[in-house]
Amino acid sequence: MKPSKEQQLWMYEQMLVSRYFEESIEKIYMEGKSPAFNMANGPIPGEMHLSNGQEPCAVGVCAHLEPSDIVTSTHRPHHVAIAKGVDLDRMAAEIFGKKTGLSGGRGGHMHIFDPKVNFSCSGIIAQGMGPAVGAALSRQMQRKAGIAVAFLGEGAANQGAFHESLNLAAVWKLPVVFVIEDNAWGISVAKSASTAIERNDQRAAAYGMPGHFVPGNDPLAIYEVAGEAIQRARRGEGPTLIEIETYRLAGHFMGDAEGYRPQGEKDALFARDPIPKLREHLKASEGWSDAEDAALVERSRARVDAAIAFARDSAYPDPEEALDKVFV
Amino acid sequence: MTVATKERKLTIARAMAEAIAQEMRIDERVFVMGEDIGPLGGVFGNTRGLYDEFGAERVRDTPISETAFMGAAVGAASDGMRPIVELMFVDFFGVCFDAIYNLMAKNTYFSGGEVKVPVVLMTSTGGGYSDAGQHSQCLHATFAHLPGMKVVAPSNAYDAKGLMTAAIRDDNPVIFMFHKALQGMGWLGTEKDAIVQVPEQAYEVPIGKAAVVREGSDVTIVGITSGVHHGLKAARQLAERGVSAEVLDLRSLVPLDREAIIASVRKTGRLIVVDEDYHSYGMSGEIISSVVEQGVPLKAAPQRVAYPDIPIPFTRPMEQWALPSADKIIAAFEKMESN
Repeated sequence: MKPSKEQQLWMYEQMLVSRYFEESIEKIYMEGKSPAFNMANGPIPGEMHLSNGQEPCAVGVCAHLEPSDIVTSTHRPHHVAIAKGVDLDRMAAEIFGKKTGLSGGRGGHMHIFDPKVNFSCSGIIAQGMGPAVGAALSRQMQRKAGIAVAFLGEGAANQGAFHESLNLAAVWKLPVVFVIEDNAWGISVAKSASTAIERNDQRAAAYGMPGHFVPGNDPLAIYEVAGEAIQRARRGEGPTLIEIETYRLAGHFMGDAEGYRPQGEKDALFARDPIPKLREHLKASEGWSDAEDAALVERSRARVDAAIAFARDSAYPDPEEALDKVFV
Repeated sequence: MTVATKERKLTIARAMAEAIAQEMRIDERVFVMGEDIGPLGGVFGNTRGLYDEFGAERVRDTPISETAFMGAAVGAASDGMRPIVELMFVDFFGVCFDAIYNLMAKNTYFSGGEVKVPVVLMTSTGGGYSDAGQHSQCLHATFAHLPGMKVVAPSNAYDAKGLMTAAIRDDNPVIFMFHKALQGMGWLGTEKDAIVQVPEQAYEVPIGKAAVVREGSDVTIVGITSGVHHGLKAARQLAERGVSAEVLDLRSLVPLDREAIIASVRKTGRLIVVDEDYHSYGMSGEIISSVVEQGVPLKAAPQRVAYPDIPIPFTRPMEQWALPSADKIIAAFEKMESN
């Protein structure tokens, strides 16, 4: 299934928003962190895992999803959250640790929960998978529409939770799709040094489910493969495993010197940046004009700027609020 | 008939299964999953009859994949279901603790209270039958220590049913710890005092409330599961010497009923805690600290009767020597009196 022009433009817009959001966070993150880099300083303290470059994975999959579908994501969640429709203002405020944030500042950037669009993530590798399986079980048992998608990194495919979750989803024929964003690096360790096989989609065979590999960090190709898997899940035919070849244009986290990358790798990655590539495709094949593009870029930036302003202008929670919401 | 109903006594295993069945009848979101909980009825009998009544979809045997099904319980609960999940032996927590304490216990907090995780995790504890250190631990404190989960641990069938009903109806994760030797399974030994009258209709025992199971005025014995029964035996022996012991059944570890503990110790001035969990860093220390912090006047230094800080040994003489007992409680009382 090929995406319509509208779907392509939706994906493009989410990619623009996501990229500009990350670029904005990147700048603000560094405020107060020089000359000495101390993670605890500045308006955005703590670890920060940016998703620049991985936008195609998020939009190619989420283009097929409804708000009622469930998504679990990882410690690198912003692009997926944006594509899933998470409230951008409240997500930005959460990243800033403000009272207006999605959890009032209790979670931060690795613990984004927006139940209105059934989005959650976890800072623990592969630990979004069990919950996605359980949410899929919930839909199956309730005969309720909706499927679950678990996003994970290629490093997660070496966790026990990965294998147990695949087996459980397959043995119960659950409506869940596992999406591996293979960005080639588990912090500093290359996939080839950590993973016994070249491609994790091959592991699907061990659990009797289809496995697909999508090369090229190409949102249109991802759209097609994800669409097939998601339709299969919606038809009640069970889970699918997808591995997407993607890459991160940033380090593992802010402050990562990226000394592990071979020389020239970053330049090569930027040369293949999926956003200009999609823009060129839209212009060449879908009659997308420079004027339309400029307007969309401006609109996307305005949306992000508004979210950042909302976050900056929001108040911090009272420290004592830390004691609330442990139980409901 | 009325008389027969009144006289009805159940084991903890039966009481747990009855509570689950009653909640499953009125709430179709409730389901059970775990290893061997289906046609077998649970290794410890606490799901017996459920498979026949509710079928394989709502009483589902899982693969031996605690990591996946514990995570799945979190996901199903967050999506509106009310899973009861069994961790066959609490000792198996090692392979699934991430889903328990990083997801189950924290998702409500990290969502600002917007995501509810109404999971009941039922798990067997305790030893005394030579199963050694990977199948005999209590680990009360391991779970109680981590914020975000309620923890209950009944000592008899009445509390087991009422706490299970309350746990299923609670919107928070509840760890339900049942001691194997109190289950009423002949092959694990049987504690007769755990088999008590249980009403047929559903009822709740409130989570977070301890119970005075024997009133007394000279010493407070606080017990958890098996510790309650050791405490009652010790109290009967102490009574023969003219010592009046009060026995408090903690029933809930989280929230901890500090009020009930402090009220009892204010009355008696003496405190012994009986916990089959390890001696150090545990519930026993927490309970004593809670009393001391409040400045409760004490007639003697508080004592604990707990498991030594060793892996639980297999051979009968070693294991029985290490376990808490009524004799050890009496020895602890004598030590308090001699100082």
